[in-house]
Amino acid sequence: MSLILDKINYYYSKGTAFESKALKNISLTIPDGEFIGLIGHTGSGKSTLIQHMNGLIRADSGSIYYNGQDIYDKDFKMTELRRKVGLVFQYPEHQLFEATVIKDVLFGPTNMGMDKLKAELAAYGALKAVGIGEDLIDASPFELSGGQKRRVAIAGVLAMSPEILILDEPTAGLDPAGRTEILRLLKKIHEDNGITVILVSHSMEDVAEYAERLIVIDDGEIKYDDEPRKVFTHIDELRKTGLEIPECTELVGRLADLGLKVDRSCLTVDEAVASILQSTGY
Amino acid sequence: MLRDLTIGQYYPVESPIHRLDPRTKFLGTIIYVVSLFLFKSFWGFLLTGGFLVMVTVLARIPPKYVIKGMRPMLFLLLFMMIFNLLLTPGEVIGEWWIFSVTKEGIYAALFMGLRLAMLVLGSSLMTYTTTPNKLTAGMESVFGFLKIFKVPVHELAMMISIALRFIPILLEETNKIMKAQQARGADFETGGPIKRAKALIPILIPLFISSFRRAGELAEAMEARCYHGGEGRTKMKPLKYHIGDLVAYIVLAGLVAGCIFIP
Ligand SMILES: Nc1ncnc2c1ncn2[C@@H]1O[C@H](COP(=O)(O)OP(=O)(O)O)[C@@H](O)[C@H]1O
Ligand SMILES: [Mg+2]
Repeated sequence: MSLILDKINYYYSKGTAFESKALKNISLTIPDGEFIGLIGHTGSGKSTLIQHMNGLIRADSGSIYYNGQDIYDKDFKMTELRRKVGLVFQYPEHQLFEATVIKDVLFGPTNMGMDKLKAELAAYGALKAVGIGEDLIDASPFELSGGQKRRVAIAGVLAMSPEILILDEPTAGLDPAGRTEILRLLKKIHEDNGITVILVSHSMEDVAEYAERLIVIDDGEIKYDDEPRKVFTHIDELRKTGLEIPECTELVGRLADLGLKVDRSCLTVDEAVASILQSTGY
Repeated sequence: MLRDLTIGQYYPVESPIHRLDPRTKFLGTIIYVVSLFLFKSFWGFLLTGGFLVMVTVLARIPPKYVIKGMRPMLFLLLFMMIFNLLLTPGEVIGEWWIFSVTKEGIYAALFMGLRLAMLVLGSSLMTYTTTPNKLTAGMESVFGFLKIFKVPVHELAMMISIALRFIPILLEETNKIMKAQQARGADFETGGPIKRAKALIPILIPLFISSFRRAGELAEAMEARCYHGGEGRTKMKPLKYHIGDLVAYIVLAGLVAGCIFIP
C-alpha cells in the first residue's frame, strides 16, 4: 500500500501568457503509516503537489501509482482514490454548507456510497476524533468558533476513512493554542488509526515536533527529503529558500557556535533545555 | 469548466493597444458597436471583421484565448439565431410542423448571429487590454459630464471596478470550493438535471457566504482608509492622451465612414 509519484511536471495555464511551471520533475514515495511534513514558502507548489495525490489536478507529464495501479489509467476509479487519499484544503471551514454539523460530516461518506448506518458511524467517530462533543452535533456549523469549524471540516474528510490524510496548512490563521490543539489531534489520529498523515506547512515550528520525515519544496522542486534533524543541518540553504529553522534549533546552534557543547539537532524546547543543562553541568 | 471563462479578464502583455488611453478604448468600443449597426450588407462584416482582427493582432492576444472567451456566449447566440431563423416572415423555402424557414429568416439569423458575435468579441477586447482600474478611470472621465445632473458617476464607476475586480477572485474561489467538495466525493458531472442542480448546493452556499464576507471586509478596509466617495478626490495617475490615441481615433473615424458608405 503506497503512493508513488514518478517525474511529475505541471504547468498552470499552459499555452497562455499566464503559463507558469508549478512542479518540476517531482518523484516521491509515500509508504504506509508515516507522518510527513511537506514544507516550503508561499508559492513553492505545495498545494499544487498535494492536489495531484488525489487526482484533482492531472499532471502534464509523469505518472502516479496508488497501490501499484496507475491512477491515469482509463478504468482507474477516481472516487476510490478520493476516498483513500483524504485531502483537507486550506481554510476547510469555508467549504461547510449543511444546516447541521453532523449532516456536513455525512456529506463525504454518503458521496462515497456508504450505507446510512455505516456513514453515521463513521461521522460520529470522526467528530469524536477531532474533539467535537455530542452537544455540538446538531448545531449549525456557522455558529461554531473558528477552531471548531476547522475541526468539523477535518472530520468531514476523516469520516471517509482515508488511508492517507493530507492537510493543507491546517494551522493557518489559528492562534497558538488552536495551532497546538490541531497538531496534537493530528498526531493522535495518526497513532490511533495508523494512517499516513501529510502535513503541509510553511512553518518549520509546526512540523518539527511531529513529523518523522520532512519534504522541503522550493520553486516546484524537491530540495530535501529526510529526517527533520538532518534537514535542519542545512541552515543557510533553508534560509535562501525563505524558510526558518525552529527557534530552539537555532538557539542551540548559536550556543554551539559560541563554544558550548550542546546538541545542534535539538527540535523541541524540552530537548534544548535538557541539552543546555547537561552541557553546563547542572 | 469555469476556469475557461476568460471573458472580461485582463490579459497582461505589452502592446500598443494596452498602452492606449482607457478613454480611447472605451469610446472606441462604443464607436465600434455603433458602426456594427450602421451597415446593411455583408460587406460591412468584412470591414469590421478586418478591424477586429487588426486590433487583436496589435494587442498580441492569442486568437485561441479570444475564442475561448466566447464559449459561454454560444448558447445565447444559437438561441437568438434559431429565433430569427424561424420567426422571420417572408419567402418560405421550407416547412416543418408549425415552423417555416424563410429566405429572409436565414439572412436575418446569419446577420444577427455575426453581429452579436462581433459585438461580444469587440467589447471583450477592451477588457482584455485594460486593467479594471484604468477602465473605471476612463469610464468616470467619459461620463464625467453627467455629474451636472447629480448622477453619482464616481460611485457607479467604483462599483463597476469592484465588480470587475471580483470576477477572477470569485472564479478562483468557485474553483477551490468545487475541488474541496470533489475531494469529499462530490460529483458535478453525472446524473440528470435535478441531481446536477442539487450538486450545486455545496458550491453555492459556501460561495455566497464567502462573497458576503469579502464584501464586508472590503467595505471595512475602505472605511479604514477614509474613503468617502468621489468628492474632492484626486488621481495618482491622471489620464493623458498620447499620439497613439490620435491614430486610434483616426482609424475609428475611418471605420465609421466605411460602415456608412458601404454599398
Ligand atoms: N489556479 C492557479 N492558476 C495559476 N497559477 C497558480 C494557480 N494556483 C497556484 N498557482 C501558481 O503556482 C505556484 C505554486 O502555487 P501553490 O501550489 O499554491 O503554492 P503553495 O501552496 O506552496 O503556496 C505559484 O507560483 C502560484 O502562483
Ligand atoms: Mg498553498
